[in-house]
Amino acid sequence: MSNAAPSTSAEVFTEIERSRPFRRLKRKHRSFVFPVAILFLLWYFAYVLLADYAHEFMATPVIGNVNVGLLLGLGQFVTTFAITTWYVMYANRELDPIAESIRAQYDTDESANHEDVTA
Amino acid sequence: MTIGEPWINISIFGAFVAVTLVIVLRASRNNKTAADYYAAGRSFTGPQNGTAIAGDYLSAASFLGICGAIAVNGYDGFLYSIGFLVAWLVALLLVAELLRNTGKFTMADVLSFRLKERPVRMAAATGTLAVCFFYLLAQMAGAGGLVSLLLGINDRLGQSIVIIVVGGLMIMYVLVGGMKGTTWVQIIKAVLLIVGAAVMTIWVLAIYGFNFSDLLGAAAANSDAAVLAPGVQYGLSDLSRLDFLSLALALVLGTAGLPHVLMRFYTVPTAKEARKSVVWAIWAIGIFYLFTLVLGYGAGALIGKETILAAPGGVNSAAPLLAFELGGSILLGIISAVAFATILAVVAGLTITAATSFAHDVYANVIKKGKVEPNGEVRVARITVVVIGILAIAGGIGVQGQNVAFLVALAFAIAASANLPTILYSIFWKRFTTRGALWSMYGGLGSALILIVFSPVMSGAETSIIKGVDFSWFPLSNPGIVSIPLGFLLGWVGSLLSRNDEDVAKAEEMDVRSLTGLGAEKATKD
Repeated sequence: MSNAAPSTSAEVFTEIERSRPFRRLKRKHRSFVFPVAILFLLWYFAYVLLADYAHEFMATPVIGNVNVGLLLGLGQFVTTFAITTWYVMYANRELDPIAESIRAQYDTDESANHEDVTA
Repeated sequence: MTIGEPWINISIFGAFVAVTLVIVLRASRNNKTAADYYAAGRSFTGPQNGTAIAGDYLSAASFLGICGAIAVNGYDGFLYSIGFLVAWLVALLLVAELLRNTGKFTMADVLSFRLKERPVRMAAATGTLAVCFFYLLAQMAGAGGLVSLLLGINDRLGQSIVIIVVGGLMIMYVLVGGMKGTTWVQIIKAVLLIVGAAVMTIWVLAIYGFNFSDLLGAAAANSDAAVLAPGVQYGLSDLSRLDFLSLALALVLGTAGLPHVLMRFYTVPTAKEARKSVVWAIWAIGIFYLFTLVLGYGAGALIGKETILAAPGGVNSAAPLLAFELGGSILLGIISAVAFATILAVVAGLTITAATSFAHDVYANVIKKGKVEPNGEVRVARITVVVIGILAIAGGIGVQGQNVAFLVALAFAIAASANLPTILYSIFWKRFTTRGALWSMYGGLGSALILIVFSPVMSGAETSIIKGVDFSWFPLSNPGIVSIPLGFLLGWVGSLLSRNDEDVAKAEEMDVRSLTGLGAEKATKD
């Protein structure tokens, strides 16, 4: 079975791969997702290690019965929601237009992709 | 101990099943091609699909398992929800869109894209089947516990019969509905589950005058003052602390390797819709986990640790017991029906993933080398559904009584060890080779499975699956901390130790397609 789209040949992909707009798209994608991924993983594991080895600290009350541990845990929720929103804004603004222009330039046959059972 | 009126529980549940079956039948009338059956014709919108992802993800583990873990172990149970949620960022940033752009039906489509197809496809399908199987076991354990609580069935035989009935229903769902029917069931169920949890959350908070601190105080007073801080379950020794770390690692890296979640990215028309659906899913799942925090501590405060552990179904019964405490038989009936439907829907989603993987990857592409007669693949998928249904029933009878969230964490560990390294390497690392993929997938899967078999989960502890014998030598109950790094390491070493004779043009094509969506599978016309 072949995964290649019938409309686009291997040479075209090589050509795109080496083109400036694609290089820019790839750089913009990776320069966002890699640092952000490292950042949220570090923050997650810092939190896990605190919960695992710093019970006293996590048990420090802040407001009534709400302690540091709960606030940091809820902080994980806040950062997850924030990073999600941030990425979507970034992708819509920075990544999608480049990808769209590359697609518009090379995707000559939009409708020839209907698959059958054996494809 | 019997909770509520069994006949109310059963009639509410029966009504729900009838309604969803009608919807499945209506939705499935247009199942014509493989793309329809597996990927729902790629016709769902982002928000619809996001809700379905939430439905797939918020399984019995999230509802019954996390509520129970927080009610009994307090803060240590909270970690499950945090890990399950943060994990979505890995899927959103590194996997979802790139995968949607590159593949077709299954995870193996992507992994074998630029490597030697048959061996890689076979390995990927093996990983898929293993993860689905463990995930199914967890759901079955949840179903058994829930129903034994509802009907007051305490004996093993009664619970086993219940599991057989669930299995039968599930097989029917999947055979009739395919992916489109299953997606609708997930959407309906996700909405019901989130609304149900929201109502209970507000109810619990209202009892404590909407003062979260007072609720925590009551939980601490009624169960154990230690539940507000970490350490109740995992703080006992250095070993249990390491187990906690292992669990945390498996949780955060597992999601992006779960085949039934990855498959959901193919039911939308474009990568942009895939992104939208993940965003929807993250919000829905995150908000739901905030509810479970309140529900877990609410159950601890209003019912108490001892009562929960003594109830049929044990730790998994915290949420239904809380529903009974709040709204009597009727709320218990509704919440249990929702929880039951949750299990049913998740089981259906898992089964169809496993069946697709077997039919599409193993049968059509490895055994038949792509030469299958029209509809042959779908027929094999249907047979596989029946076989997997039977295996899940047998396995589910074996794991009755275990905490569901814990069992699911094992599936996460396997997914993170066997699938995630190869997914990330093949998307981001050009030098990655077939040998690297095979070493990583079989090595990650094999080590995870071996460590589980020789851990206290299987033997040697009070809660072990096999009682009375002890052949355990691995001290941790979650293998993640060993098997996940091993999976990554083997992929790297295997690639470096092989000649770089992979298809460069294919690698370039994958690079271009994953980022631009050029040549990606389109929605079929309906």
